[in-house]
Amino acid sequence: MTDVINPPITLPGSAGGVHVPAAHDGHADHHEDHGPSGLLKWLTTTDHKVIGLSYMITSLCLFYVAGIMALGIRVQLATPSGSFVSFQQYNELFTMHGSLMLYLFAGPFAFGGLANYIVPLQVGAPDMAFPRLNALSYWLYLTGSITMLLGFFVAGGAADFGWVAYAPLSSAVYTPGAGADVWIMALALTGFSAIFTGVNLVGTIFYLRAPGMTMFRMPIFTWNMLVTGILILIAFPVLTSALIMLFCDRHFGTHIYDVIGCTTTATAGHPAVPDPSACGSPVLWQNLFWFFGHPEVYILALPYFGIATEIIPVFSRKPVFGYKGMVFATMSIAALSTGVWAHHMFTTGVVLLPFFSLLSLLIAVPTGIKFFNWIGTMWRGQIQFQTPMLFCIGFLLAFLMGGVTGVMLAAPPIDFFTHDTYFVVAHFHQVLFGTAVFAGFAGLYFWYPKMFGRMLNDHLGKWHFWLMFVGFWLTFMPQYIVGLKGMPRRVATYPGDLGWQIYNDLSTAGAFVIAISFAVLLVNLWISWRRPVPAGDNPWDGHALEWFTTSPPPHHNYTHLPPIRSERPTWDYNHPDHPSLHHGTKAPGGPPGDGSGGTREKVPVA
Amino acid sequence: MAGRSPPRTARAADLPTSNSVAAFDSVGPVEPPLPDGPSQPASGAHRRRLPKLRSRWWVAGAAAAAGLALTGCQLPTFGAYRGATSQGQDAFKLWQGFFIAGSIVFLIVLFLILWAVVRYRRQADTIPLQTQYHTLFEIMYTVVPVVFVLILFGFTFVTENEVDAVTSKQVTVNVTAFQWGWEFQYPNYDVKVLGVETEDPAMVIPANEQVRIYLRSADVIHGFYVPEFNFSRYAQPGVTNQFNLDVVHPGTYRGQCTQFCGLYHSLMFFQVKAVTSSQFQAWVQQQQSQPSSSTSIAHAKSKLGSGGYRATTTGTVKTTSSVGSATTTGGA
Repeated sequence: MTDVINPPITLPGSAGGVHVPAAHDGHADHHEDHGPSGLLKWLTTTDHKVIGLSYMITSLCLFYVAGIMALGIRVQLATPSGSFVSFQQYNELFTMHGSLMLYLFAGPFAFGGLANYIVPLQVGAPDMAFPRLNALSYWLYLTGSITMLLGFFVAGGAADFGWVAYAPLSSAVYTPGAGADVWIMALALTGFSAIFTGVNLVGTIFYLRAPGMTMFRMPIFTWNMLVTGILILIAFPVLTSALIMLFCDRHFGTHIYDVIGCTTTATAGHPAVPDPSACGSPVLWQNLFWFFGHPEVYILALPYFGIATEIIPVFSRKPVFGYKGMVFATMSIAALSTGVWAHHMFTTGVVLLPFFSLLSLLIAVPTGIKFFNWIGTMWRGQIQFQTPMLFCIGFLLAFLMGGVTGVMLAAPPIDFFTHDTYFVVAHFHQVLFGTAVFAGFAGLYFWYPKMFGRMLNDHLGKWHFWLMFVGFWLTFMPQYIVGLKGMPRRVATYPGDLGWQIYNDLSTAGAFVIAISFAVLLVNLWISWRRPVPAGDNPWDGHALEWFTTSPPPHHNYTHLPPIRSERPTWDYNHPDHPSLHHGTKAPGGPPGDGSGGTREKVPVA
Repeated sequence: MAGRSPPRTARAADLPTSNSVAAFDSVGPVEPPLPDGPSQPASGAHRRRLPKLRSRWWVAGAAAAAGLALTGCQLPTFGAYRGATSQGQDAFKLWQGFFIAGSIVFLIVLFLILWAVVRYRRQADTIPLQTQYHTLFEIMYTVVPVVFVLILFGFTFVTENEVDAVTSKQVTVNVTAFQWGWEFQYPNYDVKVLGVETEDPAMVIPANEQVRIYLRSADVIHGFYVPEFNFSRYAQPGVTNQFNLDVVHPGTYRGQCTQFCGLYHSLMFFQVKAVTSSQFQAWVQQQQSQPSSSTSIAHAKSKLGSGGYRATTTGTVKTTSSVGSATTTGGA
């Protein structure tokens, strides 16, 4: 436990694949330590920490690129007849903004970056279950990301059909360029990357937990990553196969998603009757895409719920309130999320509205449980407002607003007049920005000391937070209003006589405030790089296992482990007199904080 | 805007909808387990932890909802259109109910978050009581939302059936969306209106009666959306969607494609002109007497491809500044 910035400590006998890190079996897997160094080391590593950092750095770069695209979109919309970009460029911009943010930032940052780094530490494992597969995941992700960006350089430009690629707009007839094919390839690559990461997460969490780390002692972040991993395995294969079928439609003459050559007989006053034997189905794409797409929303949200659930207890100095309820809420969200995809299709006229409406509304229940648990965790705590906690409170408020409007959208009659308008744009940005950005950067500020052994500047962190917080509400609240007034999404221009400009201008101003806040983050990272402030092993008085090891952790993570008797092993080790309590039980020995020992009540003991 | 200005007139369509307003009065107070004000203070031992604050908020919320309910139809619009069709008015009532219910939940949770943040900020370097479970409380905040959601679903279900009901009709319009324009064909009268992009083709329909719309697409997926009708529906190739429009306030309403459909999606406007029955008949006769502009969708699209259309467009051009620099990718 030193306070200086150390290179990873080499451990005697940190054997690969054995989850008792202190085992001295004399047969050590030291290829990392004695092997290549520098760039070659980075290229050949199978260390989950290096791969996790690579994931995070790559996804953050893509986040900045996609953010700049968002600024381009906002500049175009600042005036009714915006001429900052052409229609074609605008369509490419919002397609790539959505694709980068959703496929290449929000998911990979969480399940590729933070989960890769943190989950093995939290369960006391030396690495992921399949280290080489893990490396393959990253390289697939990197090549997929580069492939997607290369779309801008092919003839005809990048994909321009929105991140959902609705058929038949995405067919070769209506989008003939190579940009669409590059987009499909990129998603196939990153899709496999996600599937492999899902396998790795599930395998690691089921099989590599340290002695004493039972399932119900895992931190909520790890629980959420387990459920996310399972959801990835449910959702991503559907996307990947749907994309392959789309590729076949585009190049091999299949008609899976289009109705070209499909005969219809339209008679006066009667609906046209498609001949089913000759028809593909554009709706099939929507069904397949959203069967991926809605679980994907929770693949993007659950990890960030997990981050908030790690941070709020630490800065409130209390255990997670309703730990088991939290776990079951996560599972309920995941289960429900596989049955709500058609709420993206209410206006297609071909889905069973009541079923999907009811299931969508029901998701509010486990989400509400999480909210009350987060509030319960803060209740009667000792809340300290360092940067990670501020970002978590920002997440709570943003996600609350996004969640409430989500309940409104779950009612088909309301969805009919808000679907595909800026109301929906505001809703999902509040949800996704609330989770992936507020909670995601809370996680970055929270675990940065663990990853690099140095602190980020708290003062600059607060500047980052407050600028982003103001910019966030300024950007997205006007979009609800302009959406209700009837402004459709994905328009490059809008009539000037409808009074929409003021709302768009507010949004644009807000977007630039957010951009400034992220410049502050860059300054903060630069300062921490140039003038490191040592962090120590446990700067926040953390609860979970990762705060027990050094910062940064040694090659195979642990030289020794504390006893794991609850879901807060590090807290238990540092505060043996303050175990978790059930409501109504008295603090052991006396009033809280007096330091006197007592019997442990209601704490699971192995 | 047009939906807001005219004073609300008593129409047959108001009967069912004002009922649903009355029904929504119960939404606010339903969420608390004990809906009646006077009985709230005695709400059980488990409330002791968060004593008067919660019940005080319930009372405030219930009082606010009741106050809003007493004003009846004078509820604010909460940003949405009141609805120019009977279907849109039904959807609008549901919107009001959801907005009130959502606001109550939002304010309660917001208050709890802010209260916790302010009240329990760190004031001393002590370790608080490490309470982790409170079973009764956890059950309560699971069961109450379930009940709440089921009530919301009940209203949703009823409204949804009203909005989607396809009842008897006299006038039928076949609407076909294409890249990038609209065709309105009247099969009973052999009349067709067709226009692309900013020409704003107008669908003329009689007001105060159910008009049946058959909605199709000639190419990709489009969205038929009239903001003031509180309604939109996809136009999809291979699918014919049908719905009724019953415009209760005659007037001209702007419509626009909402589902992204390619290069000129932003310019795919149309209008709906709801006129009296006699005006509609006159319009039909006028159209029939005109030499049919035998324009087809294919012809209209060929004009798009050649660029001739945009050069000759006049009239209600909303924007053209970016058009010149764009390149056409669609229209194979």
